[in-house]
Amino acid sequence: MADEVILLDFWPSMFGMRCRIALAEKGVKYEYKEEDLRNKSDLLLRMNPIHKKIPVLVHNGKPVCESLVILHYIDEVWSDKCPLLPSDPYQRAQARFWADYIDKKFYDLGRKLWTTKGEEQEAAKKELIDSLKLLEGELGDKPFYGGEKLGFLDIALVPFYTWFYAYETFGNFSIEAECPKLIAWTKRCLEIENVSKSLVEPQKVYDFVLQLKKALGIE
Amino acid sequence: MAEEVILLDFWPSMFGMRARIALREKGVEFDMREEDLSNKSPLLLKMNPVHKKIPVLIHGGKPVCESLIIVQYIDETWGHESPLLPSDPYERARARFWADYVDKKIYLALRTLRPSTGEAQEAAKKEYIESLKVMEGELGDKAYFGGERFGYVDVSLIPFYSWFYGLEVLANFSIKEECPKLVAWAERCMQRESVAKSLPDQYKLYEYLLERTKKLQAQ
Repeated sequence: MADEVILLDFWPSMFGMRCRIALAEKGVKYEYKEEDLRNKSDLLLRMNPIHKKIPVLVHNGKPVCESLVILHYIDEVWSDKCPLLPSDPYQRAQARFWADYIDKKFYDLGRKLWTTKGEEQEAAKKELIDSLKLLEGELGDKPFYGGEKLGFLDIALVPFYTWFYAYETFGNFSIEAECPKLIAWTKRCLEIENVSKSLVEPQKVYDFVLQLKKALGIE
Repeated sequence: MAEEVILLDFWPSMFGMRARIALREKGVEFDMREEDLSNKSPLLLKMNPVHKKIPVLIHGGKPVCESLIIVQYIDETWGHESPLLPSDPYERARARFWADYVDKKIYLALRTLRPSTGEAQEAAKKEYIESLKVMEGELGDKAYFGGERFGYVDVSLIPFYSWFYGLEVLANFSIKEECPKLVAWAERCMQRESVAKSLPDQYKLYEYLLERTKKLQAQ
């Protein structure tokens, strides 16, 4: 019996990109459904009534919400290939810790970079750079966070790369200058087809943010 | 050979309580060390340099931080015969989703409720009750969130029960009246030794909240 897998998503979403990469790594065939977040579909509202957010993975009619929960689910259902999480409980805890750190910090800090100015923006910039440096430190000399291969934390982090250009432009700084090893890591990730085909172009994200700023009335 | 297990904790912390319950459910001997959060120990700062928060589980000298990550680590390391997370991937995803909801919504509502007064307090109370009602809806007629067995979501939520009495007195409302089924579930959980031993006395908690409120008001 064939699985029906649908991903409710929104093209610039880092959280959606995580799911796209994971599904690609596992070789899962799925239907990608683009949501208009200003006009959410009945399906989205029905599948995620609590948060009404994307991404939502709908597997044989049953919804899984929250990107990191979705990653765990994908890893556990399609367990025959490409394990995303390590098998050792301590290493799993470490991967989860850093993915949680990304979720606690990056989205809100990044958002401040293009919605605020002056002191508030400078403070956000500094905090974002510090957070990126911490993650860079965590990578160390490994090719990927998962070791020799792409893993859970790589997948959790790499989509944010698509927003770096926008952050850098609005915040007037260079992430590569601050975190060269991290950028080297993103380049390694982009060499993997499953990653590059799941991510969107940074220029498109920048244009999207510009449009969003206009729509929100932000200078 | 059993490796040393230390829990850096703070007695009123709901997040610390989660770790205590999980360890006791698994029958793991541990050394619970009380932290003075106004004077954090060098051990805490060394074991959780990123967030500098409790709880921290130290197993064989290696730290695990963030309460839900700790609970998952405990589940994966000990007592495989009595897992906290269900075995079915979809049910696991549901459990993770709801534990995340507790952290995202209920805890956030609580943090808004705590320092508020007057009209803001009324709004915060409403929000808090609403978030509890959503959990109550999810519980339905089940004995526990996972069904017949006490599990991950129960562990993530039950610590909040120790704060109910104090909140009710300080904010003048009755959680039992608003969410009778949830309180019935809580009382059921309290009959488990792991829970009863891990939650502080509600009057002691009330005194702690009262003292904190006075301190906040004095500032």
